[in-house]
Formats: sequence, structure tokens, C-alpha cells
Amino acid sequence: MSTTTYGWLILLFPLVGTVIVSLNYKRLPGTSAGWLATLAIALAFASAIGALFGLLGNGLGHRQLVSSLWQYDVSVGVDANLAILVDPLSIFMALAVSGVSTLIHIYSIAYLKSDRGYSRYFAYLNYFVFSMLLLVMAANFVVLIIGWAFVGAASYLLISFWYRRTTATSAGIKAFVINVLGDVGLVLGTFFIFRHTHTVDFLKTFALAPHVFSHNSTDLVAGCLLLLVGAFAKSAQVPLHTWLPDAMEGPTPVSALIHAATMVTAGVYLIARMHPLFEIATTAADVGAIIGCLTLLIAATIAIVQTDLKRVIAYSTMSQIGYMIMGVSIGAYSAGLFHLMTHAFFKALLFMGAGSIISAMGGEQSLDRMGGFRKALPFTFICFMIGGLALSGMPPFSGWLSKDDIIGYLDNRGGGFLALGIAGYVGAFLTGIYTFRMIFRAFFGPPVEEAVELEHGHLVHHDVPTNPQTGEVEDTDVGFPGPEHHIAERDWRMRLSMSLLAFAAVVGGLVQIPGVDDVIARFLEPSFASSRLYALSGSVTNDWIGLIIGALVAVAGISVAYRIYIARPGTSAALLERFRAIHTFLYNKWYFDELIDFLVVRPAQWLGRFGQSALERGLIGGAVTGGTTGAVRAASAAVRRGQTGYLRYYAAVVLIGVSGMALYFLISAS
Amino acid sequence: MVFSAILFFIAAIGAIVGAVAVVMLRNPFYSVLALVCHLIALAALFLLLRAEFVAAAQVVVYAGAVMVLYVFVVAYVGGADEPLHRHGAALKVLGPVFGVALAVELCIAMLGTALKGISGHGAPYVPGFGTPKEIGTQFLTTYLFPFEVASLLLMVAAVGAVLLARRRRGLEGTTEGEQTTFRVARPVLTGTMHESTGIRGGGGTVSESEYESQREPVGSHTGARGSSGDGRSEGGW
Amino acid sequence: MAIGWYLAVSAIIFCIGAIGVLTRPNPLVILLCLELMLNAANLALVAFARMWGGESGQIFALIVMVVAACEVTVGLGLIVAIYRRNLAIDVDELNELHG
Repeated sequence: MSTTTYGWLILLFPLVGTVIVSLNYKRLPGTSAGWLATLAIALAFASAIGALFGLLGNGLGHRQLVSSLWQYDVSVGVDANLAILVDPLSIFMALAVSGVSTLIHIYSIAYLKSDRGYSRYFAYLNYFVFSMLLLVMAANFVVLIIGWAFVGAASYLLISFWYRRTTATSAGIKAFVINVLGDVGLVLGTFFIFRHTHTVDFLKTFALAPHVFSHNSTDLVAGCLLLLVGAFAKSAQVPLHTWLPDAMEGPTPVSALIHAATMVTAGVYLIARMHPLFEIATTAADVGAIIGCLTLLIAATIAIVQTDLKRVIAYSTMSQIGYMIMGVSIGAYSAGLFHLMTHAFFKALLFMGAGSIISAMGGEQSLDRMGGFRKALPFTFICFMIGGLALSGMPPFSGWLSKDDIIGYLDNRGGGFLALGIAGYVGAFLTGIYTFRMIFRAFFGPPVEEAVELEHGHLVHHDVPTNPQTGEVEDTDVGFPGPEHHIAERDWRMRLSMSLLAFAAVVGGLVQIPGVDDVIARFLEPSFASSRLYALSGSVTNDWIGLIIGALVAVAGISVAYRIYIARPGTSAALLERFRAIHTFLYNKWYFDELIDFLVVRPAQWLGRFGQSALERGLIGGAVTGGTTGAVRAASAAVRRGQTGYLRYYAAVVLIGVSGMALYFLISAS
Repeated sequence: MVFSAILFFIAAIGAIVGAVAVVMLRNPFYSVLALVCHLIALAALFLLLRAEFVAAAQVVVYAGAVMVLYVFVVAYVGGADEPLHRHGAALKVLGPVFGVALAVELCIAMLGTALKGISGHGAPYVPGFGTPKEIGTQFLTTYLFPFEVASLLLMVAAVGAVLLARRRRGLEGTTEGEQTTFRVARPVLTGTMHESTGIRGGGGTVSESEYESQREPVGSHTGARGSSGDGRSEGGW
Repeated sequence: MAIGWYLAVSAIIFCIGAIGVLTRPNPLVILLCLELMLNAANLALVAFARMWGGESGQIFALIVMVVAACEVTVGLGLIVAIYRRNLAIDVDELNELHG
């Protein structure tokens, strides 16, 4: 089978999976929906591997293959085809997406077992994976936009999966609205670029770009900035990030898949794919880098004070994506994508572990109530530690190598980028703090009663299910989480997926050790053949110096966390008292939600109210509709007065009519 | 020639006077008699036009049968002389005005140069122009269809007259039970004007009380409905 | 006489009939005035028949007479029915159509 056939198969399997599961959602017994969906994604992963080998079999100059299924319309000058681009970048993304998705599907089979919406979940999840694969395999802007929009829709469906929870539905709407804003940016950006290149195909656009656009030409910068708006909305960068913490309302595997490994990386992929444009419009690239840097710092500071376990991990995601955006904006393409891959591993692992702990707590998500689960959840503890160490950047875990790959590149480019690099180290320090704050608070210290019960083999089960955010009483019927809770220690499927991810998080970094091997960089090179920044790399010594600094920073962060939470308990309370103002500011997420509410939501609501009262009620209801009905009524009233019922009036009317006609004929005949 | 002219004027004046008398006389009985005179004058005019059969039919059928029927009904019904109601006040003035206007128009049309189809001299007289033989031949050959339709129309009118004038409770064998079998449920607003003009009163299927009220004499509602009917239809809009 | 005279007479009678319909409230008298108008039309028809020489005008006039007879029958039947219901024989009073 040819490589592009494998490419189409990558898309076909999840699509077939979602269609079959959704059409039969009432009939699939037990966990068969889950296994069916997993099989679909596993087959997609296998096809991605097939495509990988197909690509590697080609010579170096022939590694970008476009395959078009049919042409949508070429008559208006837009050459929109349903086409996929099989090249190293898209296969890399497809492998990462489908691989991690398979493991998350396996995890979900167990995690959601008692949920009434089981089959619906897997239909949505397959649909999501299909959309994400469509996005990364797209060969032109049109298919990209289609995939982008589908991913947004899938994320909405999955975030508000437990749709009878008002917090979940509000979160879903918030995510969708911000995503739509990004969609608008994406489409407008495409148009700005299309205006000059007159083609939507990627390869053609990239070939034309240096000839059509001059350095930092206004249109291109505007177009790239709009593309960045799309990327930031999808990847939850400041200021379009407010949806990501709220998106934790979805089931934990959803958070693992969408908000750690795949959807939020779509922005990174976009910038990496559009690199020829960004290399011409360097202003836009700089904006991307600065925003990425700001995000990683802001998110890290917020994560330090959050009390909800999943939200800490969410802000951590935001911060790590900031690294990736920063990386691909300035030209560290392979580094950024490498970090994307490793981040997918350890972040998904962390979310899965969080799911296990939350189940052990009977649905409770607050760190304040957790503690001492080390003995009760040993497997989860080990996985969580591995994930946390990888996230903090401890050697020899994958996160260390990938994060410092980015920071090393920044240092190499020098100039203003060095400042960004230092900010990256600061972020790494904070990462160590918040990650291990989370681990120490959840696993160390005196065990809470749920942990004690679990040590005796009894999994806590609350009779009255409540919403973890608001505490309101719920039900376990459809639209709410199921009554059972599943922890990793008791379920082989969860353990299987977590083990595989843990393994990947440990050894995943070994493919790109500076000076030893650079598998990823060399694999991705054909995609970035036209880039002038790609091959820029410093000496191996500089890289190793950066790596050592990174390791030291990580150790520093972990030890600070150790000191606060383990060595001297009570320090955190004391610090809270001393820095209460800062704490409140950080706890309220830098007041971004309030700011957006003030700037955007209130004016929109005012506009809506104005529209309803003045325009709709006054103008249309009153003047147009009311006026028309009033006119008709007046006319009918006037005509009604003629229906007197008096015979003689009718006869008079007839007579008048006849004389009138006679007069007319007389006049016209003379 | 002169004799026919004199006869024409006598007949014409007779006809016009008769017509005026019909309109002006207050007692309806006198109006009927005036119409009889008018019809006879008209028959004379027909004779002057050599349409003998039509003239005879006019006298026999119209003046003889139709007017006798009128006399019977006027004697039965009566109808006192009454002045015009306040409703007709405007028409008392406007009516004659429009009538005169129409007359003037028609005269202008005919006597002016507009109508060229009127020649001063008619066609030469063909013997047998208005004889019964000619008319009969035409009725049974060229105009057979209108003849048959006219007879059908007469039958329909006779049946209709019988139906209209019978007493509702006078037919033998009709009991209360038979009459009420005609009660059928009707959907809203597909029924009587009564229902639709008084939406709040009518509407819904025809119920017992609705049907009962329909069997009352219609006129007893007219006085009360005269002004309130309008008000209710506005409100139920 | 020239045909125009006949037509003038016909017109005058027609208009007198129209005036009568508009001014008299008694339905019997209204029907009588309707007869006047019909007769005027008959006169015009026969006059034209004489002018053109064919019989069609006279046939038409006879049919008009038939129709007038039918209409009188039904109209008088209506008036009798109204009288039987003890309603006023006055078109101004009978101004609402009941089903």
C-alpha cells in the first residue's frame, strides 16, 4: 500500500469508529463500545506507522506527498481540494495523537464504566481523534479550517459531557466561544494570505511566499497575527486562555487527551506548519514568542496557589504549551515538537494519575482535602512521581531533555531571545515548585480518611453524589458521572495505559540527546527544508551547559517545595499570611476572567439587551410588525365599515360603479 | 307615420309616468297597480316595434301572472307606508343624484355621436318578424339550449319558493327528534357568521345551547347585536 | 320613430328604477323597481332586435322575462318567510346576515 493510502486510512478508521459507535449506541453491550473505539484508534496508529515506514522508504527529497480525494470547487479561483499532506511533520503529529489516544481510550474503558453515557463518550472521543487527525493531515487551509472547527466542536461535546451539570455546560460554552474566536482569526488570516498567493494549498503557498511577500509586509504580518489568534485560542495562551481551567469539568480522560496531548497542541502545530510565513513575517513570530513566554510565567504563578488538583495540572499544561509556542515561534521547530511529544506522555500520565486519586477520594478534587495516599495508591504514586519528575525537568526523564532543548535554542540565538531563555528557566523553577507541591500534598503527609479506608481495602463511596466545584447535590443518572469510581490499582486497563505512558515518559527523551543522536530533528528535516532557522544550532558543549543549568533549576524547585511542604509543615500557611495580597491576586488567576467579563461579556450583554429592547421590541416589533398590522387593521376597519348589511347601500355602490364605468367608456371613446 | 308617432308618445309617457308612480307612491299596493299600468304601456311600445309575441307575452305573463302574484303577496304581507329610516337619509339625496347622472350618461352615449351603431332607419321589415311562428321556430332550433335551461330554471324557482315559504313546523311527520338529528359537531370557526363575529360567544363545536339559539327567530338578535357585534369582534381580534 | 327614442325611454325607465331601489326601504317596492329595470332592458333589447332585423333580441327578451318571473317568485317567497318570522319588512332592519 502506498504511503498516501496509509494516510487516508489514518483518517478513515476513527471516522468509521465514530459512525459505528454512534449509530449503535443503544445496542452495544457492556464495554464493547470502548473496545470498538480503541480498536479504531489503534488501527489508525498502525496506519500512521505504516505511513512512517512508507515515508522513510522514500528518498530525502520525496518526503512531502500530497494526495487529493476530490476537488471541492476550483471555479471561483479557490483551489480547495479534499487533500492530505503526508510528510514528516504530519506523520509525527499523527503518531503522537493516535498513540496517546489509544492509551487514553484503554484507560477510559475502565474509568467510565458505570457511566450511563458510555457509548456516547466513545463516539465523541473517536470523533475528536478524527478531527484532530484531519487537522494535522490537512494539505490546504480549507481542510485545516474544517479540522479546526471540528476539533472545537468535539471539545465542546466532551467538556460538557456530563451535561446536567450546569458548571460543565457553562465551561463547554466558554471553551467553544473562545475557540470560535480563534476560528475567526484563522479564517481571516487565511484570507489575508490567500489574497496574495491565490492558492490555499500549503506547499504551493510556501513555495510562493518568498516571492509574493516582502520581509514583514503588512498583509503577511496581519495574516500571521490572525493565525496566531487562532493558535492562541486553541492552545490556551494569554489572553484567550480562560477556558482551559474551566474545561476540567469534563471527565479526566478527556482532560488527558484534549487538554494535555492533542487539542491544545494544535496551535503549536499550526505555527510549525506555517513556519515559512512566520520566517518572513518576523514581527508576528516575535509576538508569538513573547506571548508564549508570558503565558508560561503567568500560568506557572497561578498553578502555585491553585487548590483543585486538575486545575493545577491544567495551568501546568498552559505553561508547557507556552514553552512550545515560544519554541516554534523563534525557529526551534524540532525542539518545540519534541517537547510536544514528551509533554503528551507525561501530562497524560499525570492526568490519568489524577483520575485515580480523584476516584479514590470519591469524586473530590480539592488538594486541601487530600493527603497521604502513598500507601493506599502505590502504583498511582509511582506513575505520578514519574510524570512529575518528567514535568519538572529532572534528568534523565524526557521532560528534561525536551524543555532544555527549547531553552538551549533560545540561548543560542542570543540577543533578545536570551531574555526569553532566562524566563524559561524561571518557569522551570516554578514548574518544579508547583508540581511537587501537588505531589507532596496529595501523597505525603498524614493520610486522610479516604486513604486510611483504602489501605484497609475499602474504596470510599459517597451515597449522595455532589458537584466537586459547587457542592450541589446531583444524581447518577444519564448526564452525570456514574456511581462507581475506578482506581488504577484495581483495574488492569488503567494500569496498562499508565505503565506504557510512564515508560514513554522515562525513555522518550533518549531520542534527542545533544551530541548523541537527533532522531527527531533529522526526521522532521524535510518538512522544514526551506527554513533558514532550522539548522541553526549551537555547539554540543553549550547544549550540555544548558542541560545542566536546567537540571539544577529543577532540583532547586523541588527542594523549595520539599522545604515548604515536607520539612517544615506550616510554612505554607505562614507564607500565605505574609503574602496574602499576592496570594489573592494569583488565586484569582490574575483577574483575567473578571477583565474579560468587563471588556467583552458585559458590552456584549448590553448590546444584546439593547438589541432586544430597542431594536427588536421598538423598531421591529413596534414599527415594522406593529406598523404593518396597524395599517392592515386600520384598512380592514375602514373596509369593514362598508359591510353595513343595508341592501340599499350595496345597490348604490353597484350603481355608482356602473355609472363610473359608463363614464370611463364615454370618455375613452370620444 | 304620424299616428305611430302619437301612439309612441302616449305609450312612452304612460310608461314613464307609471315608473315614477311606482317609486313615489307610499302605499305598496298602489305601487303594484302603477307597475301594471307601466307594463301595459310597455306592451304597447313592443307592438309599435312589431314584436307581437313579446308584447302578448308581456301582457299575459308579466302583467297577468307575475303582477297577480305580487298583489297576493302585498295583500298578505301588507307593509305599511313608512318613511325612510335615518339610515337612508344620505341616500334620499344621493340616490336620485346618481340615477340622474346615469340617465344623463346613457343619453349622451346614445344620442351623441359616440354610438355609431344606431342608424336612424332600422332594417326593412321582414314579414313574420315578431310572429309566434318565428319565435317558436327559433326557440326550437337555434335557441333550443337556452329554452331548456329556462325551463329548468323555472322548476328550480318553483321548488325554491315552496321550500322558502313552508312553515318550519308545518310538515306532517316532522317531530322534535327528527329535527334534532341534524345536529353535527363542527370545528371552530367553520360555522356561522354568528360564530365568527362573536368569537368569545361562539367557537368550539356546536353545542346544545348553540343549536338551540340558532333555532330561535333570527331577528330577535338583530337589535341587540347591532352595536355590540362590532365591539366584540374588535375585542376578539 | 327613430330607434334612439326608444333607447332614451329605456334609459329613463332604467334610472327611475335605480332611484327606486336606492330610496325605498320596503323590500316589496324594491323588487318592483327591479322589475322596472328589467323591463327597461327588455325594451332596449327589442328595439335593437327591430333595428337589426333578427329574432335573437326578442328571444333574449323572452328569456329575461322568464328569469324575472323566477326571481320574483323566490324574492316574494323570501319576503313571506321573513313576514312569518315576525320580522320587520324593512331592508334597513334586516342588515345582519345570520347563518
